[in-house]
Amino acid sequence: MDRRQAFDLAYLACAAAFIIGLKRLSSPRTAVRGNQLAAVAMGVVIVVTLVDSGSHNLAWILGGMVIGGAIGAYSARAVKMTAMPQMVALFNGVGGGAAALIAVSEYHDRLGLAVSPAKSVIISTLFSTIVGAISFAGSMVAFGKLQEVLPGRPLTLPGQKLINAVNFVAVLALAVYLVDGHQSETVLVIALALSALLGVTMVMAIGGADMPVVISLLNSFTGLAAAATGFVLNNDALIIAGTLVGASGTLLTQMMGRAMNRSIINVVFGAFGTGGGTAAVAGATGGQVRSAGADDVAVMLAYARRVVIVPGYGLAVAQAQHNVRELADTLEKRGVDVRYAIHPVAGRMPGHMNVLLAEADVPYSQLYEMDAINDEFVRTDVSLVVGANDVVNPAAHKTPGSPIYGMPVLNVDESSAVVVLKRSMNTGFAGIENELFYDEKTTMLFGDAKQSIIELAAAVKAL
Amino acid sequence: MTALLVSQITVLVLAAFVGFEVISKVPTTLHTPLMSGTNAIHGIVIVGAIIVVGSTNSLLVEVLGTIAVTFGAINVAGGFLVTDRMLNMFKSRPGERRDDG
Repeated sequence: MDRRQAFDLAYLACAAAFIIGLKRLSSPRTAVRGNQLAAVAMGVVIVVTLVDSGSHNLAWILGGMVIGGAIGAYSARAVKMTAMPQMVALFNGVGGGAAALIAVSEYHDRLGLAVSPAKSVIISTLFSTIVGAISFAGSMVAFGKLQEVLPGRPLTLPGQKLINAVNFVAVLALAVYLVDGHQSETVLVIALALSALLGVTMVMAIGGADMPVVISLLNSFTGLAAAATGFVLNNDALIIAGTLVGASGTLLTQMMGRAMNRSIINVVFGAFGTGGGTAAVAGATGGQVRSAGADDVAVMLAYARRVVIVPGYGLAVAQAQHNVRELADTLEKRGVDVRYAIHPVAGRMPGHMNVLLAEADVPYSQLYEMDAINDEFVRTDVSLVVGANDVVNPAAHKTPGSPIYGMPVLNVDESSAVVVLKRSMNTGFAGIENELFYDEKTTMLFGDAKQSIIELAAAVKAL
Repeated sequence: MTALLVSQITVLVLAAFVGFEVISKVPTTLHTPLMSGTNAIHGIVIVGAIIVVGSTNSLLVEVLGTIAVTFGAINVAGGFLVTDRMLNMFKSRPGERRDDG
């Protein structure tokens, strides 16, 4: 067995480790180990590649690895759990950017060669450049929206769809020109720039509420771009790992879309919320909002038999998960049956809220997924909605014209009383009115979620 | 079409099926960590970046390639660590719950 074959076998072993790691990642008991296995495999792949590529330009490579590794490790440790989605978007974006840069660099290196590269290599180069650039630019916009550097609402230019279509056709035309046998670095760079622009305009037009689906989609894009670089560089490890992510990411995107009742096509092409405002506002006209202080709400909670807490993104933003757990503990000591109702997309991503509550030591047995608790609301005395809005909006099953009509929601309006903790009467992330707030059994408790929860816990204790 | 290309396409198609199959049953709870974990795995582009920088004599490619190495390293290190942090939060089970009340 020569050196080349030994390296290839090492790559194969690592590819197998990625598959086993992914499999373990999809079950709660084995997930931590699965991630570690994949990480070790990645370390081995990198070392094997370093040995394989020899000492040429080693200083450049190690320099990049040290700087990038430090940035990645630091951000992963420093990021707050609530900011996790935008962190994933950022990591995804740089991955896509790397794929595009590799493709362009390799193209530049081969320009001087006497033999022009095979068509399959040019196609892979283009795919990697275009998809990588879309993923990079799109992820950066998604990051900006979730970090609230950019406005969360859909931003569209006049004639947006036409502009995107023209842009897309232009990119395709440039690609065809290069595949057709012309060699031009300038054309490749223009295609890269136009693709990045396409990524920006497409994600700009998507509302913040759909960002998880977008990030997941861009995640699978980056995987495919990585696989394409494998074709450019004749490297099976890249092809396997990239395709694994591309395929599993696509499936994951579909699962998320299903949880939100949004088709991927709808997310990408139908700017959510535009024009939906009018229909929904009409549904809420003439309503009276009843608000109360912490002391009144504390009485309601303390003398209830069952309280269901509905945590939403507002809780995550306020970092109030620990305080909610304390409130729940106090209520439980009084004999109140406390449960948490977790909407599939509570927080910003499916499973995000579970992570946050687990961080606050909320027992797993108190967390109920939507399907498990929706029939229980009829037997619930008080539903305590903490910073959630769209996921409890009854318009989803009552108002056919509403943009969220058909989205599965938590039926809090079926419980005897509803208390909504909210900062103001602003609309939710989807930008639509919520008639639940005007319901006569709803009481609003205005203020910062964390402060309100602390006051509630103190008031319950004092009873 | 060369034999190499055919075998590469074979690998691609099989890997795609494995990718679909391997995560077909995932509880919603794990969607975010799983997305983050797969996100880390496509950090493998760093391998491509290393190959490109390790075989070039052009300064432009050295610079662009090193940026790609840096990006890839951010993707790999950040991706796996952030996934690990997320998953470690699921460790508290009802029985092991810290009793501080």
